[in-house]
Amino acid sequence: MTTLAGFEPAAIPAEDEALRAEVRAFLAHHLAGLSAEARARSWAGYDPAFSRALGARGWLGITLPREYGGGGRSAFTRYVLVEEFLCAGAPVGSHWIADRQSGPLILKYGTEEQKRFHLPRICRGESFFCIGMSEPSSGSDLASVRTRARRNDAGWVLNGRKIWTTNAHHCHFMIALVRTSGEPTDRHVGLSQLIVDLSLPGVTVRPITDLTGDRHFCEVFFDDVQLGPEALIGSEGQGWAQVTAELAYERSGPERIYSSMVLFDEWLAWVRTPAGQSPGATRLAGKIASHLAPLRAMSIAVTAQLAAGESPVVEAALVKDLGTTLEQQIPAMIADDLASRDDVSQVPAELLATLAYVTRISPSFSLRGGTREILRGMIARGLGLR
Amino acid sequence: MNKSSVSEDSMISDALASLLADRCGADVVRAIESGSPIADLWQAISEAGFADAMVSESHGGAGLSPAAVADCWMLAGRHALPLPLSETMIARAMLTETAIAIPNAPIALGVGHHTPAGTLRAVGVSGGRTAGAVLVTAAGDSRLLDTASARSERCAFELDLTLEWTASQWQAAPRLGTSLDTRLAQALVLSVQLAGALNAVFQRSLAWANEREQFGKPIGKFQAIQHQLALMAEESFAATMAARIACLPAPNGATSSQGLISVLAGIAPIRIATAKARTSEAALQVAQMAHAVHGAIGFTHEFDLQLLTRRLHAWRQTAGSESAWHDRVGQALLSPGASSIDLLRIATDVVAD
Repeated sequence: MTTLAGFEPAAIPAEDEALRAEVRAFLAHHLAGLSAEARARSWAGYDPAFSRALGARGWLGITLPREYGGGGRSAFTRYVLVEEFLCAGAPVGSHWIADRQSGPLILKYGTEEQKRFHLPRICRGESFFCIGMSEPSSGSDLASVRTRARRNDAGWVLNGRKIWTTNAHHCHFMIALVRTSGEPTDRHVGLSQLIVDLSLPGVTVRPITDLTGDRHFCEVFFDDVQLGPEALIGSEGQGWAQVTAELAYERSGPERIYSSMVLFDEWLAWVRTPAGQSPGATRLAGKIASHLAPLRAMSIAVTAQLAAGESPVVEAALVKDLGTTLEQQIPAMIADDLASRDDVSQVPAELLATLAYVTRISPSFSLRGGTREILRGMIARGLGLR
Repeated sequence: MNKSSVSEDSMISDALASLLADRCGADVVRAIESGSPIADLWQAISEAGFADAMVSESHGGAGLSPAAVADCWMLAGRHALPLPLSETMIARAMLTETAIAIPNAPIALGVGHHTPAGTLRAVGVSGGRTAGAVLVTAAGDSRLLDTASARSERCAFELDLTLEWTASQWQAAPRLGTSLDTRLAQALVLSVQLAGALNAVFQRSLAWANEREQFGKPIGKFQAIQHQLALMAEESFAATMAARIACLPAPNGATSSQGLISVLAGIAPIRIATAKARTSEAALQVAQMAHAVHGAIGFTHEFDLQLLTRRLHAWRQTAGSESAWHDRVGQALLSPGASSIDLLRIATDVVAD
């Protein structure tokens, strides 16, 4: 049973803290001239050249072993890197999933051959991954997936469709949760994870325009896609357990507290000016920081649990629910502050454009990676109520 | 990974936990709130040495840091302890350094002001009614005054008192060698006590949801109640983290803590500000949700929940509510050259061993 053990304050080791100056110099150079509105996209921002530049610096797959091209460093190293990337609004979307969870998943469950093939490419920023979980009829009820892989002499034949797949149109591979035996009514039994090469015949990717006008998520169709036997990652039938472990990585990271950070900083910069300063804005700035601070400490506490080899699934759910709630409140509160001013014409256009984007994208904060309602159910289970 | 507690810390908090379980039940809390003397409870606590936990070893105390006594402060909140033990720990440590005689009674902390009439008035002294003395800071001057000789007025919370001394009483009172920022010190201990009370309220609500049956099953089986409890867990854990971090030494360069010298050395004011703000916000949320989960029974005088939820409201309003501390954090964030991520690091980083 998954239980809620609590959060122990943890220190980021000095050798990881030492990376910040180097990372900041790199970002100052690479992000020069990028508008705040563009930077606000951050881990939804697609820039393969930037990903390759990070790879060349050795900053992708930093937690993966050196023998597979990784950095051989700890979860704390990645925390520092990612925190700096997100706060600066670096366009980390292309490699985000591969670096955060696909790489660690392949390292944990993959065969030697799979590791040798995929991990070095991930670390160089050449191979991008997406997550194939949701389907048109399987959203929060993930165990009801219908996409099916059937064994044949050549390996697996894949049929079905996935939806809301972030960046599928730019990715090389999808790690898909599919049914390999039984029926949807068998729920958690009979599910497996497959690495799907998205360039294969029978794969169709259709981008979906979101309400901001961006095309970052997709619908992916599989029609008799022939996969080799090596497509299976981990054990056949263990897909549910593997996906659950993967979600601890997906839910507790800095991206669950910093999605509105570029907007917050852009607003703070204006509030520091004579035209922008006001007592109400000072109070609001303090309120937001007072919420961010313990969340950051909790996120680092979960990182320490991950680094110790634990699987803090419930703690991660708690951080994500609390963090994404704050991420959504930040644009709402900043909008109220700005629109309460006597002379709104003083507000810089770029700040307003950034606010508009973050306001519109913010509903996704508590949808992607598990909805608020699902997470609260997981917390309740961790409390022993289910 | 650097854990904040060492075995010695848990020994002292384990001892206090068992003493409070034995001597500070709900009946004792109610009796003292109604005016019964604190003598038995105080004697048990002071004889066991808890009041001297932060007094330096050279002065006969245990010389413990805020991090080492944080669990004790947490227990004071959890047990609705009706006397200001946490404040007494800090006051005694300060007083021994200036060689001021220690009264055998709890010492409250107060912020005072000189009135036009020439008196010294401390409004809403937390725990003032059960304290024998108050360490009052007024205009940068910290002095120890006894409560018995003061003119007093009752406050909204039963154990608080507004106290007023004559100019000559103030002048005659022993003076600390250094000024203590009593509001900041009290914000620190109250944020930790709030965390203790928040966790107790949350755990009581969880237990009640498992116990109370309606529609043929425990109410905790209903999704609406489960989500309320999930939110209470989030608020309690976040507030507790903020309070615990505030008690830990801050990274270098963050500890210019004027008025917190020696006793609270290494503690950063920005972390206290964050902690008092976050615990105060959580206090309101958790108190509301706890009463919603408990229904009418939780609203009775007889049921113990009210002992804690009244404290959540009282402590939220003592030593500055969330907005007061939001202002302070906001000022730090808006100062020239400040960076939000670097301020967050100062506000949260744990120093590696």
